[in-house]
Amino acid sequence: MTVQAAIVSPKRVGPAGELSDSLWRNPRFLLLLLLTPPLLWLGVIYLGSLFALLAQSFFSIDEFSGLINREPTLKTYRELFVPANLDILIRTVSMAAMVTIAAAAVAFPVAYFAARYATGRWKAVFYLGIMLPLWSSYLVKVYAWKLILAKEGILNWLVGKLHLTWLLDAYLQAPLIGGNSLSVSYTGTFLVFLYVWLPFMILPVQASLERVPASLIEASGDLGAAPGQTLRHVLLPLALPGIVAGSIFTFSLTLGDYIIPQIIGSSRLFIGQAVYAHQGTAGNIPLAAAFTVVPVLIMGIYLYAAKRLGAFDAL
Amino acid sequence: MTNAVSFTAVSRHFGSVRAVDDVDLEIGEGEFFAMLGPSGSGKTTCLRLIAGFEQPTSGQIRIFGEAVEGIPPYRRNVNTVFQDYALFPHLRIIDNVAYGLMVRGVGRAERHRLAEEALALVELPGYGDRRTGQLSGGQRQRVALARALVNKPRVLLLDEPLGALDQKLREQMQEELKSLQKALGITFVFVTHDQGEALSMADRIAVFNQGRIMQVGSPEDIYRRPNSRFVADFVGASNVLPPDFTGTGKWSSLRPEAIRLTSSGGKPARVAWHSFLGGQTRVVLDSQGQRLNMLLPSTEPAPQDGATVRIRWNDQDIHLMDDDR
Repeated sequence: MTVQAAIVSPKRVGPAGELSDSLWRNPRFLLLLLLTPPLLWLGVIYLGSLFALLAQSFFSIDEFSGLINREPTLKTYRELFVPANLDILIRTVSMAAMVTIAAAAVAFPVAYFAARYATGRWKAVFYLGIMLPLWSSYLVKVYAWKLILAKEGILNWLVGKLHLTWLLDAYLQAPLIGGNSLSVSYTGTFLVFLYVWLPFMILPVQASLERVPASLIEASGDLGAAPGQTLRHVLLPLALPGIVAGSIFTFSLTLGDYIIPQIIGSSRLFIGQAVYAHQGTAGNIPLAAAFTVVPVLIMGIYLYAAKRLGAFDAL
Repeated sequence: MTNAVSFTAVSRHFGSVRAVDDVDLEIGEGEFFAMLGPSGSGKTTCLRLIAGFEQPTSGQIRIFGEAVEGIPPYRRNVNTVFQDYALFPHLRIIDNVAYGLMVRGVGRAERHRLAEEALALVELPGYGDRRTGQLSGGQRQRVALARALVNKPRVLLLDEPLGALDQKLREQMQEELKSLQKALGITFVFVTHDQGEALSMADRIAVFNQGRIMQVGSPEDIYRRPNSRFVADFVGASNVLPPDFTGTGKWSSLRPEAIRLTSSGGKPARVAWHSFLGGQTRVVLDSQGQRLNMLLPSTEPAPQDGATVRIRWNDQDIHLMDDDR
């Protein structure tokens, strides 16, 4: 005869056993226990400092004494619109938009290949290829790019070998995008931004394309859509949530960065650099805060517009 | 008359796997044609070859007389109802149905009118504004059907379209598909692993096994006169009898419903077990070491398990098969 197991097995020994049982009976308490630390972090430290910043932007600085006047005022925001500051805003937002569009254009084919065709080893190669640049320090990568783009750098050398120096020179003569060399031009800043943020676009786009069943692409072709029409009417709309997610990264990271434009590019300021300068040497915390509010506002408007356009409908 | 679809020595190999292996096939215009076989038998690959999602490794496919080698799916006037329906989740039902017209440049008002007509045809009038997520499985199936039919295809391909539906809905859809095909006169090519479905709907059936066609014929032919052990076994749980059991020198098949109980004469057999199927009782017998399936009307009392009974059948019910595969 076999020994029958007891219907109810005994309590686990020790306080851990007691705790397991009581937590099982009070799932709400467990939830509270799990959520309190992250909510404290988010609510108090993260959102709290954000609101403190927002509040600072409504203060103003006294030009003579350099002291902060804690009367609520819109004076600091008005200061954002003086030509010098407006230039900074326009420069940064256009750069962020260009980087985002280029990142989406470069990321889509890569993500499509990974989602549709790569399996097994190729998928591993894909992830490694995307992630590997993220393992090395951001500063090292940016300085490496400075060397690549410099007048004595490898890119110039390669262009020379290809007898295309005249083409590069003609490009660098162009207003706005040109400069003495690529490493001190907006083109250089753009290339480095594109390089460092690209993985943040590829990964969400790849995730969204992976969720598109192959039969939808076949169905589109079956119904008479040429590949370009399938791309426009099926693939892009279904990948849109991923593209929007990726663009949130590339757009906001470019908006806030103050190191890349400092190392590579013309010496004209971006928002991040302006914030850095105003809160540091200038001691103008209110203006620094007002500058910071701009990206937050732009991202808010962007997300709202994306939602209105139905970017998240297929989620 | 040209055939709607014709295969000449068509093969499709994936590496060393011969998914479709030297298949010859003629599907007539206006026919309701079923491709029947177990999974992995090559029937779906054949359908995909017609649609253009796959290209043959060798051989030639003609659709209404035209060789379609190298013609992409979007230039073939055939449409597919996919197994998972493949409805576009980001489009409303009306835009799903109108998709084929939209990519061909039909104006918005016109294509919505035609799509609404197609929805009415599949008995979903007024469903255009909904999203795919708001429909049941059966309704999605109808939308997929309307989306294909609105393009007025010369051939409609259906890949296990009833697979995901429950029994009741399935029977209803079988009837509707059949009458729709009659009314429209379009050639339907239907892939299924369900022999009941193939028998009840198709004008002709091709039975597939391991990339080859075992037999092509009318449902009656396939059911009553299977040419091989595989067909006899796959189409309706027939008894497949070895040559020495019947003393005919050939393998033969015997339908379960052709076996009857008798009080005298016939062959002795022992009842292994029986199961109640509703209208009929299935009795599994052991006769001289040969396992036999018998279907008894439920109105007759079923014999006890373990009992010895006598069974007989008419000699014309023994169907001899030339092919012993």
